[in-house]
Amino acid sequence: MSLLGEDIVTEDGEFVINIGPQHPSTHGVLHLKVWLDGETIKRIQPHLGYIHRSIEKMSESLSYRNFIYATSRMDYLSAHINNQACALCVEKGLQVEVPERAKAIRILMAELTRLSSHQLWWGCTGLDLGAVTPFFYAFRERESIMAIMEETCGARLTQNYCVPGGVMYDIHPNFRNRVKDTLKQIRSKFNEYEEILTGNVIFEQRTKGVGYISAEDAISFGCTGPTARGSGVSCDVRKLFPYDGYEKLQFKEILEQGGDCYARYMVRMAEMKQSVFIIEQLIDNIPEGEFQAKTKMVLKLPKGEFYQRVETARGELGVYIVSDGAASPYRIKYRSPNFSNLSALERMATGTKIGDLVAIMSTIDLVIPDVDR
Amino acid sequence: MKLILDISFSSFATGIHQWLVGAVHSEGLVKVIEMVIAGLALLVFLVPLCFILGYMERKVAAFIQVRLGPNRVGPKGTLQIVADTIKLLFKEGLTPNASDKFLFNLAPMIVVVTSMLVMAPIAFAKNFQIWDISIGVLYVSSISSIAVIGILMAGWSSNNKYSLLGAMRSGAQIVSYELSVGLSLISIVILAGSLRMSDIVMSQENGWWIFKGHIPVLISFVIFLIASTAEINRAPFDLAEAEQELTAGFHTEYSGMKFAMFLLAEYINLFVVSAIAATLFLGGWMPFHIGHWHTFNFVMDYIPSSVWFLGKTFAIIFIIMQFRWTFPRLRVDQLLTLEWKYLLPVSMVNVILVTVMAIMGWHF
Repeated sequence: MSLLGEDIVTEDGEFVINIGPQHPSTHGVLHLKVWLDGETIKRIQPHLGYIHRSIEKMSESLSYRNFIYATSRMDYLSAHINNQACALCVEKGLQVEVPERAKAIRILMAELTRLSSHQLWWGCTGLDLGAVTPFFYAFRERESIMAIMEETCGARLTQNYCVPGGVMYDIHPNFRNRVKDTLKQIRSKFNEYEEILTGNVIFEQRTKGVGYISAEDAISFGCTGPTARGSGVSCDVRKLFPYDGYEKLQFKEILEQGGDCYARYMVRMAEMKQSVFIIEQLIDNIPEGEFQAKTKMVLKLPKGEFYQRVETARGELGVYIVSDGAASPYRIKYRSPNFSNLSALERMATGTKIGDLVAIMSTIDLVIPDVDR
Repeated sequence: MKLILDISFSSFATGIHQWLVGAVHSEGLVKVIEMVIAGLALLVFLVPLCFILGYMERKVAAFIQVRLGPNRVGPKGTLQIVADTIKLLFKEGLTPNASDKFLFNLAPMIVVVTSMLVMAPIAFAKNFQIWDISIGVLYVSSISSIAVIGILMAGWSSNNKYSLLGAMRSGAQIVSYELSVGLSLISIVILAGSLRMSDIVMSQENGWWIFKGHIPVLISFVIFLIASTAEINRAPFDLAEAEQELTAGFHTEYSGMKFAMFLLAEYINLFVVSAIAATLFLGGWMPFHIGHWHTFNFVMDYIPSSVWFLGKTFAIIFIIMQFRWTFPRLRVDQLLTLEWKYLLPVSMVNVILVTVMAIMGWHF
């Protein structure tokens, strides 16, 4: 099959297409080299590096106050939770006691972030499967969360609200009412979400039994977050290694046994409701007091290694700091959830169709800047 | 109003014919000139039609998606689509170096021309039809199947892997769904006893087939809607241009006016399919009558037949647009499963039911 240019099929009879780095469904600059047999996928090879900004190396020359801001640009949809992870890790090194009020505000913000992230994911899943409308529905609710963020943190996406020792400012006086209004609005829209996408026959056909990964495989690929919980692997850091007072809150770790796209979808849908539940517990019980602990101008961590893990909207984020006692870290390593989740993509997608690949990618919920950093 | 419109359409054509015969004195030349006039009239009709459909699609999509839609250019954004067309006209029409240039440039023409040809036997109003061919329904289904050649040509000649995949998908899809479309058309042909479009419309004088034909016709109407949505490559069956999978499918490499041709063809096809559904199932230009309610029927008769036809057509267009903005896309194997395992057997059984019904005279 030779056309005027180079052969479309290689000599071995392989049909290779490059999905990305610019492609509508990779949600960023992910480059997948896909070997096809007709429509069926034989092999997938992710190529990374298109958005590598060497955040880890950069952090080595930044102070302990400053390096946190770079993490907002990793998984930009859970920017606040990334910041929280770094702040917690630095606090661990400094052995600072964070005020209760700051902890509560951090959790509120983290859950709002998770909610907005899952909403964007829900819209994008619809979009990837060819239904454009959910995207706009999701953005309608997400917008009000973004407005809350803007009011209190001063930014909509890269909040940079967490600092070592607490949060940067106190919450806006309007915060409580606004969150309550938003929750009311979101709660009333859950049914709409179920109607337009979850219950749809085509949607069920596209996701049920597609992109299966067993619990063993999920563990061995290092999958975390909803991707692993969809296969029945209990891995919610908020439950297993609680931080910032998650241990005092009531919420369920959502587990599904299906291991397919539909299970991952259902996990995230239920997690949204759990986030709403967590926020509702806290919003009227924010303790009075300081919003930030007293810390020195220049932070210096004692010599040693510090590790902190948190649950972002996509899975487990680990921050590993090696300190030599100076004012900036000696070495920083992030264990990003998306990188590990992406590694399971080939196992999930081999033998499926191109349309399934898109469905699988959207239920893994990849954020590419977090894969590359 | 009704009288003026209905008389003017047919008498206008007759007047032109008589004037031409008097002026030219050659039967063949008159035919040629009349064809040219008909073609030009069709073009003049199609361009505003596509503007209206484009505007309608955006507004329908916007209302479903809780947003406003175009509202800046012109009153209520009506001129937005004109602005977009002008933009497309001035854009450079790129032809990739490695493409088969002849086929690449020919493909959009074929797609547009076939969709325009299908317009010929459609009765737009009483006595207003370009060509009342005796095999109207057969003509429609055979001409519309040529469009797939244009799409395959576009995908193949682009020398792009995405285009090739899209074209192959489209080929499989259109060839399969044509069967269901054909079978659901046949059920009406059986009932009406004629392939001629005007006969089919006249057979619905005392009631539209969707009311007269009981459940079997209702089934074939639904099958026709589903299968024809697939045949014109619209969501949820838009696998040939599945944006999230194949970027733009068979027209990935097209730009400027050549791309606009595909867009144009899509809207013309949308109109044609809805027009055929309106003609066969909803009585074409026939007004809505209820049994012996003479006053009601008399009032209905006062609405011009062209308004009846366009009203029905746009109602169906609206339904097909709603499909697009509320359903996710099917996967390629599910698409073929739906056709070969569900729609085709159902429509085959349905044709038998309709035949029995027609023989026994059970319909009204």
